[in-house]
Amino acid sequence: MSLLDREAAGVVMTPDNIRTKRLPLGINLGIAAAGLLIAAAVVYGFGIGNYVLVVVLGVVFYLIGLQVVAGRIEGPRTARDRMWKTLIYAACVLAILPLASVVWTLVSKGVERLDGNFFGTSMNNIGARDPEGGAYHAIIGTLEQVGIATLIAVPLGVLGAIYLVEYGRGRFANTVRFFVDVMTGIPSIVAGLFILSFWVLIVSPWFNNGTPRFSGFAASLALTVLMLPTIVRSTEEMLRLVPGPLREGAYALGVPQWKTILKVVLPTALPGIVTGVMLAVARAAGETAPVLLVAGGAASINFNPFEGGQQSLALFVYQQAGDASRYAPARAWTAALTLVAIVLILTIAAKLLARRNSLSK
Amino acid sequence: MAKRIEASNVSSYYGSFKAIDSVSMTVEPKTITALIGPSGCGKSTFLRSVNRMHEVLPGARIEGSLTIDDQNIYDPDVDVTAVRRMIGMVFQRPNPFPTMSIYENVVAGLKLNGVKKKSVLDDAAEQSLKSANLWNEVKDRLNRPGAGLSGGQQQRLCIARTIAVEPQVVLMDEPCSALDPISTLAIEDLMFKLKDRFTIIIVTHNMQQAARVSDKTGFFSIDKTGDPGRLIEYDDTQKIFSNPTEKKTEDYITGRFG
Repeated sequence: MSLLDREAAGVVMTPDNIRTKRLPLGINLGIAAAGLLIAAAVVYGFGIGNYVLVVVLGVVFYLIGLQVVAGRIEGPRTARDRMWKTLIYAACVLAILPLASVVWTLVSKGVERLDGNFFGTSMNNIGARDPEGGAYHAIIGTLEQVGIATLIAVPLGVLGAIYLVEYGRGRFANTVRFFVDVMTGIPSIVAGLFILSFWVLIVSPWFNNGTPRFSGFAASLALTVLMLPTIVRSTEEMLRLVPGPLREGAYALGVPQWKTILKVVLPTALPGIVTGVMLAVARAAGETAPVLLVAGGAASINFNPFEGGQQSLALFVYQQAGDASRYAPARAWTAALTLVAIVLILTIAAKLLARRNSLSK
Repeated sequence: MAKRIEASNVSSYYGSFKAIDSVSMTVEPKTITALIGPSGCGKSTFLRSVNRMHEVLPGARIEGSLTIDDQNIYDPDVDVTAVRRMIGMVFQRPNPFPTMSIYENVVAGLKLNGVKKKSVLDDAAEQSLKSANLWNEVKDRLNRPGAGLSGGQQQRLCIARTIAVEPQVVLMDEPCSALDPISTLAIEDLMFKLKDRFTIIIVTHNMQQAARVSDKTGFFSIDKTGDPGRLIEYDDTQKIFSNPTEKKTEDYITGRFG
């Protein structure tokens, strides 16, 4: 049985019946209002929730009502189409709501301490009764730690991915790929413990007259461990998307393989690689546990990532949020806002940079 | 410049699968040779083994010998990059580099092989684009992306890119299969022009094209799927299309088979 028979038995295609009646917007809105009203009646009548549940139930009732009413007016196929479309839009809105809520909360609570003092001072000599104090030291720490981690992880990760895609054959490559997958699942606290037991307790005493030492660099190493698998996997996927004929085109010109990779394959995959790297950077910038374990946090400014404890924004948020001082929560919110802003700015900058190199303008 | 290609008993394998069996043919300098035959008969595989492009796939290897002016290109001490620099290739689908402009695409081969002088590159770009019949269409927009051209223009861009490195042999793997008749004609004209300077081998499914452009024609065929492809007949195009020796060839070109 053909599709046409099933949908509209006995109908012959004519210029007239290829048109269907559309559901008027007024009726559509009416269904929405009715759905919300019924939902409100149910929710408040039984006393089982607040306005959030009303909206959720209202959307469900709206979808059911839409399906029934539109089915009567427009026919079953168009009504199904309309219902799924509405469902998909609803899902989109639902997915964006938490994000919008987070941004709104951050901005509304973060503006209180969004002042020069916050960005210009550290927490050195700030007591529980002092309203001042800032995150200058934490911003420095985050930028240095994430910066160093990126400098280590990006070359290693991209080269690793190039090996896996362009050169790796057989058992060794499969083993590498398997362990990269395993690394993706490493909890950040485990990465922190690994660097604590390996770098801080075993290696760092060599440089410090036998005494173990916290440092921002140790935090960078822990973040590198976390960033590496993300970068390798995303870069690998992007390199695989570069069509084989492009490589062959370059080989056919007598271009050696390494130059083909450098000048043809990598530029083609660059926007995707940058996205992967920025995901890794965003994840690393938000990590608290490893920094707490191996950099220890600090109240004062420490520019040197290789010596002594260092603060980071995420750690600063964690500590301020748990602080007993009545001025601490405001600092925590502003620091969180700052962290999100830094990641956002870095992402936008990276995307712009990646686009400028390609011709897609 | 153009070179004589001599294949003797070339068999090609992908892993344990034998794709072509014992192909021998001699291609004279400054001629166009067409390879025809049904799909999967190994003509593309043979073409790709002439510039060792088939090695891109893991597990591909070859038996027999392939010499270009008496140099066996499969000798262990031969640099595959140098071979490919000498033997250019145009692919079935146009594959301009998407991150490069039209100009950069044409000079990509030179640039990536270390030519830096702007005047040399500019000259090569203009000459190659003129040879490829594309200059008039793109001379005002050399800095636009190469991927923005139409399919036929992209294919001519790829031909310009190939001849810019001054190879001695040009291999074409169904270069017109994605093109309309006008672009096809443009590329066939181009092949006649290029014949003065290069040895050309072209794989085609279009028998009229083979009859129109080539001096010699090789007919490949397989007995059944899974069997290796073999070279059934190799002779002057005139003879293949008017009075072939083999029954199979006659069946194929008259449309009774394949």
